[in-house]
Amino acid sequence: MENIRDEAPRLFYDTTEGAARMQNDVVLTMRGISKLFPGTRALDNVDFTLRRGEIHALMGENGAGKSTLIKVLTGVYGKDAGSIHIEGIEGEAPIHSPQDAQNAGISTVYQEITLCPNLTVAENMFIGRTDGAIVNWKDCEKKATAILESLNIPARAKQELSSCSLAVQQMVAIGRAVDMNCKVLVLDEPTSSLDEQEVSMLFKLMRDLKSRGVGIVFVTHFLEQVYEVSDRITVLRNGKLVGEYPVAELPQLELVAKMMGKDLNDLEGLEKADRHTSAATETVYEAEGLSSTARRPFDFRIRRGEVNGFTGLLGSGRSESVRAIFGADRITGGKVRVRGKAVKITNPHEAMKHGIGYLPEDRKRDGIIADLSVRDNIILALQVMRGFFRPMKRSEMEAFADEYIKELNIKTASQNTPVGSLSGGNQQKVILARWLLTHPDYLILDEPTRGIDVGTKLEIQRLVLKLAEENMSVTFISSEIEEMLRTCSRLIVMRDGNTVGELTGDELTQAHVMETIAGGGVQHG
Amino acid sequence: MDKQKKRFWERMGIGQLIIPLTALALLLLFNLIRDPGFFEIVVNINNSGNPVLGGNLISVINSASELAIIAMGMTLVTAATGGQDISVGAVGAISASVFIKTLIGMGEVTGWTLIVAVLACIATAIAFMMFNGTLVSVFKIQPMIATLILYSCGRSIAYWITGSATPQVNSPIITAIGMTIPGIPVPTPVFMVILVGLILALIFRVTNTTLYTQSVGINQGAARLNGIHPTAVKMLSFGLLGLCVAVASIIATCRMSQVSHKTLLVDIEMDAILAVAIGGNSLGGGKFRMSGSVLGAYIITMLTVTLLAMGINSVNIKAYKAVVIIVIVAAGSPVIKNRIAALRNRRSVSEHSAVKGGAAS
Repeated sequence: MENIRDEAPRLFYDTTEGAARMQNDVVLTMRGISKLFPGTRALDNVDFTLRRGEIHALMGENGAGKSTLIKVLTGVYGKDAGSIHIEGIEGEAPIHSPQDAQNAGISTVYQEITLCPNLTVAENMFIGRTDGAIVNWKDCEKKATAILESLNIPARAKQELSSCSLAVQQMVAIGRAVDMNCKVLVLDEPTSSLDEQEVSMLFKLMRDLKSRGVGIVFVTHFLEQVYEVSDRITVLRNGKLVGEYPVAELPQLELVAKMMGKDLNDLEGLEKADRHTSAATETVYEAEGLSSTARRPFDFRIRRGEVNGFTGLLGSGRSESVRAIFGADRITGGKVRVRGKAVKITNPHEAMKHGIGYLPEDRKRDGIIADLSVRDNIILALQVMRGFFRPMKRSEMEAFADEYIKELNIKTASQNTPVGSLSGGNQQKVILARWLLTHPDYLILDEPTRGIDVGTKLEIQRLVLKLAEENMSVTFISSEIEEMLRTCSRLIVMRDGNTVGELTGDELTQAHVMETIAGGGVQHG
Repeated sequence: MDKQKKRFWERMGIGQLIIPLTALALLLLFNLIRDPGFFEIVVNINNSGNPVLGGNLISVINSASELAIIAMGMTLVTAATGGQDISVGAVGAISASVFIKTLIGMGEVTGWTLIVAVLACIATAIAFMMFNGTLVSVFKIQPMIATLILYSCGRSIAYWITGSATPQVNSPIITAIGMTIPGIPVPTPVFMVILVGLILALIFRVTNTTLYTQSVGINQGAARLNGIHPTAVKMLSFGLLGLCVAVASIIATCRMSQVSHKTLLVDIEMDAILAVAIGGNSLGGGKFRMSGSVLGAYIITMLTVTLLAMGINSVNIKAYKAVVIIVIVAAGSPVIKNRIAALRNRRSVSEHSAVKGGAAS
């Protein structure tokens, strides 16, 4: 460790002072920050304090104001009230643009990697920050190598960025950020696309930076990760500050309760809720040897009122299976029966006509029509089912939108608000509303709980169980096995594009699922 | 009061139209100050002894007709595909050639031969636009590149159809379409704009064209997963553009009673795209407002007529036009819009806190 630091001595602050001293050194103070958007108060008098050498988690449900606070801090948004002070800068820090923030020592790494994949690592680290027009890339490469080595980032300076794994790309982005004379490092959902091993690599880097005196603001949805690396937690709710807590003094369950502003009992209620087991025997949907360009042939059936799910590692073919059922990919073969009748489903429109609804995995790419209003987004699928020549009356649309905004508790300024400006969880609810409005017999939910807050996750799981009780069949896919075990009465386990097992009843335990994924299960088609 | 006003504006959906409306108002104001005579409307007696309205304003409204009609279709194609069709002028020349050749071929111009010629013209324009639509929606070629093909060869096709001549047709029916109907002093093309507008409005009312087009333009993948066929929607937009082009080419033909493959509707594609942009529509597709584009068409024409009235020669006009258009387009750019929104936001915050303070005290 010591010798590493010697190689790149100019990178970081002098950390010879004691660790205890560092803990109390405040590098960033935000006081009374308010930010108004048309119709909503995104931030209301929020305080935030960051100390040198700490990892400070910023927690809150979707729409709580985390992103807005980060964007105010990094100069993306102007603030409407409040002040920002940064250590070493007299008076209020002049942050009016991301460039100002950078100059003031605040660096940000966003959830989506914002580097250029077809440039090399070194080019990515130095692009846009060289003096003058002539760039000595040799020099940059040398410097980049020094930074990569000092931070233990497993990448070569001359390597094309796209050839690195996502985690390494993320680390390169962090390397670029901290090299820029950084006092405050903001990590906005850095782990959301990483696997477990990559996350631990990233955490190592974060701890390393922390020991060098960088203050890190860590925004994430993963509670476990917060407890693994953070020193302190600031909780926001509805744009207001709930409080700042040392990690040791805030048990996980209490944190969740604070984020949701709800009673702890609510949470426990669902844990105990029994899985819904359908008594009906009618098969709603049945596929035999169904295959698409993205999915090898598989068999599948679901009964009325049944909740089942596809599980397996990311990329095991879960989404491809349901996309084949919905006709979203090009179908290459197989027999399909809906309520016993042989039918052909080769595109989404046909699936919809047979009473199937599909909430896609990637909400932004496949789900929302961002610029259209909440109302248009809610009525879209029903409108399409009614047909091109039968447009709904405006009053009918408004009534439907109102009904579902209320029923699903969608937080929006009005029905006219573009859906793209809603928080992730509320966007998800809009898409749910869209499908519920069509009253499908069979609803496919692919990762409905991804990237949304704990409260909405629970709401969605409860909703799934309620729908099943009302005799809707649901296929539920989630990366979190606990969620699936809680809601599904049958799990289809997948590995490498094949079905490797089907679990029901007593087999529905985490251990069993893992075992099947790992190769202990019965081989199916 | 202020809030109520805002709500009224919102309800009318005028938000997007503020800039074109302002531009139009400023142009009118400029002319009022420059020369109030600009607004004079006179009644002339034409060759056949019928009263006809004249004057600069009438001239603007009349001569903008083809542009306004094509701008409507261009709005749809822009919204659905996120690109523009630059072949509208050339396709117009083709459909005009078919129109006039059909008329001439059938001998004397009567109501029936006119209907046949009109139908042939519309069918031709739609067929050529479908060719564009196929390239764009099936072969996924960028609209501007796809339509570049007909842009460059369309007038040659028109030349073949007309047989290298400048075919002429003389008939009171044709003059009635291109100029005025005896007894009605308002130029007929103005009614044609209204007619096309009404047809489109009717289509929007009885179908989901707007919702489908916007959905496809904003997020094609998501639209498909909701059962919309993006290919069909894009083809529809090209088809409707074909209809608009056909009507515009008929007007242009009847104005001159002849078709010149070289000059008919020449350069109209750029003005049409400009009209769409001035109307506050995103050239990247998605949400659209057709009335904005129509307004844009009248602004462009008004600008030309104003400059002509000021005695600027037609060679220099384009340069003057460019300056004004830079201002209008810049005023509607996201940068300026966001600045204004931020300003307004700040004001509403201070109002908000003032109200709060008032309540506390």
